[in-house]
Amino acid sequence: MERYDYLVVGASHAGLEAVRAIRAHDATGSIAMLNRDPVLPYSPTVLPYVVSGRSKEDRVALRDHPWFESLQTAYLERTQVSAVDAAKAVVRCADGKEIGYGKLLLATGAKPIIPPVSGLDGVPYHVLRTLDDALALRNAMGTAKHAVVLGAGLVGMHAAENLAKGKCQVTVVEMRDQVLPGYFDAEAAAMISAAFTGNGVEMLTKHRVTSVAKQGQQCVVKLENGEQRIADLLLVATGVTPEVDFLKGALDIERGIIVDEFMRTRVANVWAAGDVVQTRSFFGDGTPAGGILPDAVEQGRTAGMDMAGDPGVTPYPGGIPLNTYNFFGNRALSVGRDLPANAGTEWEVLRRNSAASASEPARYLKIVLRDNCLQGIFGVNVLFDPGIMWELILRRTNLSELRQQLLDHPQDTARAVMSGIWR
Amino acid sequence: MSAINTIAFKPALCDGCGECMTACSTVKSVNGSAAQSRIQIIADPLKGSWELALCRQCGDPRCVADCPAAALSKEANGGLISWDAEKCVNCLLCTAGCVYAGIAFSADEGRVVKCDQCGGDPQCVKACPTQALTYLTSASIYNRWGDLEDLFVPGLGGCQGCNTEIVMRHTLRRVGSNTVLATPPGCIPGMGSVGYNGMAGTKVPVFHPLLTNTASMLTGIRRQFKRKGRNVTAMALAGDGGAGDVGFQSLSGAAERGEEILFVCVDNEGYMNTGAQRSGSTPYGAWTATTPLGTEAHGKVQDSKNMPLLMMWHRCAYVATASTAFMEDLYEKLEKALAASDHGFAYLHIYSPCTSGWRFPSGNNIEVARKAVETNFAILWEYQPDQGLRLSRPIDKPLPVVEYLKLLGKFKHLDAAQIQHIENHVAEQTKLFSELAGIGKGVERLAAAAPLSAGHERSSVSERLTR
Ligand SMILES: Cc1cc2nc3c(=O)[nH]c(=O)nc-3n(C[C@H](O)[C@H](O)[C@H](O)COP(=O)(O)OP(=O)(O)OC[C@H]3O[C@@H](n4cnc5c(N)ncnc54)[C@H](O)[C@@H]3O)c2cc1C
Repeated sequence: MERYDYLVVGASHAGLEAVRAIRAHDATGSIAMLNRDPVLPYSPTVLPYVVSGRSKEDRVALRDHPWFESLQTAYLERTQVSAVDAAKAVVRCADGKEIGYGKLLLATGAKPIIPPVSGLDGVPYHVLRTLDDALALRNAMGTAKHAVVLGAGLVGMHAAENLAKGKCQVTVVEMRDQVLPGYFDAEAAAMISAAFTGNGVEMLTKHRVTSVAKQGQQCVVKLENGEQRIADLLLVATGVTPEVDFLKGALDIERGIIVDEFMRTRVANVWAAGDVVQTRSFFGDGTPAGGILPDAVEQGRTAGMDMAGDPGVTPYPGGIPLNTYNFFGNRALSVGRDLPANAGTEWEVLRRNSAASASEPARYLKIVLRDNCLQGIFGVNVLFDPGIMWELILRRTNLSELRQQLLDHPQDTARAVMSGIWR
Repeated sequence: MSAINTIAFKPALCDGCGECMTACSTVKSVNGSAAQSRIQIIADPLKGSWELALCRQCGDPRCVADCPAAALSKEANGGLISWDAEKCVNCLLCTAGCVYAGIAFSADEGRVVKCDQCGGDPQCVKACPTQALTYLTSASIYNRWGDLEDLFVPGLGGCQGCNTEIVMRHTLRRVGSNTVLATPPGCIPGMGSVGYNGMAGTKVPVFHPLLTNTASMLTGIRRQFKRKGRNVTAMALAGDGGAGDVGFQSLSGAAERGEEILFVCVDNEGYMNTGAQRSGSTPYGAWTATTPLGTEAHGKVQDSKNMPLLMMWHRCAYVATASTAFMEDLYEKLEKALAASDHGFAYLHIYSPCTSGWRFPSGNNIEVARKAVETNFAILWEYQPDQGLRLSRPIDKPLPVVEYLKLLGKFKHLDAAQIQHIENHVAEQTKLFSELAGIGKGVERLAAAAPLSAGHERSSVSERLTR
């Protein structure tokens, strides 16, 4: 039986960073990375750009074979894990092969949620998580005249923009009362939504799809309010759920695999990182956490260092929401959390905005502080460095004397503070 | 992973003139606007200090890990983080990974921009009038040396943070396998050169002479090999005690006879291996186990003797002082010392701050070494008989000596008078070296000075030396 000291299942951001971290500390242990896909590793985040044609599908590989060779890591593509037997320390693959491990990392990411909409299983619809999905969607977009997108998260919004630019009539249906819920605050979301409306996209927030049905080559999408839309292209983008079915209860799972602050699962010699785990919020509250790329990287690094016994490993601090989002030539950035509903006097909100003019786009900036420490910052067409803001939140840096400067010049002020901290 | 060249920033020297940004945007941006400069100097609104935003070309770059489009990569050669316009999808996730603002969106250019060090000739550094920016290229040395075979055992029993391992490994890498190595009692055999369990600690013949006879034994070995027709490098890695105190008579003899030896003295200013006792090289005022602190005693009462200067008066083929805070300089001197040892005596004196014996945090070794040089506490110079003494870096604008003293626990007790004494000593040494390196005159004076004795100028020098 094949056996590796370190076995990494999943070949994306979490897994790749873990491999790097393992090899940085353990020069000799054997490593293998398994991927169910028949290609070199790629990122789901690049898929909207494959759909739009910006990225060529043969130019998206995150790493190449020489990289794996330089880290003496076996890259086994087309190898789908179908079960984990922790008692025997082996994984079983879809083709029946067994692979033994010393330490196992599960970094299998997430997969699209398919909402319980009646009739959905009877119509052709698209999702977007794999390269195959992207190629199928790109293909379908070429001919579609009418499209309905279920869900106004990042996946749905990216697709809606692509479709709109392809001269397709698009309707976005979102259950919640704003677009990009959990990523942007209501005001930024309203600006984003307005840009879509301005470009001819129909935005139906607070709407629910009750059923879909096939009608010739098209499908009819019925809404709760009795209206309907006809679509030759239906995209389901209502969120993701961890890719854990293959575990069949072998691990403790709630909203994802349960891990501690070193990404250890409750089973000996098994770690998990990235979209597949239930990520604790840095804020210790209900702020959504995980499901974003930089978190997958952080978790992958933590897991890899811990697996290899690297003494430099530090506990994963918890997830902080972070997003960089471009839409119709505008840039939206968000880091951290918004003001909670029951905020006390220790909370403070700083805000500025300006309407669009002939030469200038609309701008918006909101800064949320608690006890003078940054909690969140949300901007549209206002530049700042999200990585620095993230670090300032993590460090709970006191910004009391810099509040006004931060609002007026968020980029330079935060840069100066951070640079001072590094010295 | 290869080491990388660095654009270093010293905020204390920066006056915020912005020349670096103008220079950068002139060559890099689409419209010459300083806002597009890849290096940004920013005033801290509270402290008034000048701060920096610039790509650090990280060893484990998060921008690369966070890029979903494979547009960023760390180059295997040179270590720069390069950006591929064709692959970039402008998602800005890289900027979420960077805590130095090293990669940021440029509104004018409509994409992220970052420093590429101008292909090895950074314009910002050239434009900086105050030397706040410098381009450090020592990394290329590590890469070059990394390709040479490491002739020491993988594990070493050194104290945490000691720079002697660098000295041992890198020296032996460069000198190569055609070497016989002597490591007299001291930290270096203690760290493992003589090996464990009957196995040698190096991949070259190594022996453990007495403290007293290192240079004599190497003399015999070198001569015997020569007699047999083999030209081996006879090298010593010795401490300051073994070189300058009890081992001095054999060293002095070998140097005076011009034996073909490469003698490296690793100076940690005392017998640090055996519990931090004083040596002739221990500076005035320093605490050691044998110059303790009490009601009467306040550390060492004599100044250190200047060993490398004593060696220079032997008119060796090559004498130099070096520091692991200035590696390019150290390597240049190692080259010259090695070449000189082929036809005469070469003496290389390397300062080695001792984390445990000098009492400072183990992460500070290089900083301590740097401050010693920058305050003129340890002056870097080299001597060749036909060229005289040359300073390796200017000594006319030193930092205050206390900047160095305050880093070290062994000086913690110093009172004002003792500090004054040390300052005077450093000032006197500085003056002496300026004089020795006197333009034009240095050559003749030194050539004439060593064997004979005459002339007013020389007597003033030797007066100072003997004090
Ligand atoms: C369209 C889209 C757009 C996005 N945009 C953004 C964005 O703008 N910003 C952001 O921060 N995040 C974004 N994300 C989320 C981001 O892509 C994920 O957070 C990130 O990819 C998670 O990385 P991961 O390594 O945990 O898992 P994934 O990237 O999901 O990778 C999982 C890996 O596991 C493999 N795998 C799964 N099951 C098996 C198995 N049984 N056996 C073997 N291999 C298996 C897969 O083939 C894949 O290689 C986006 C996601 C999508 C889908």
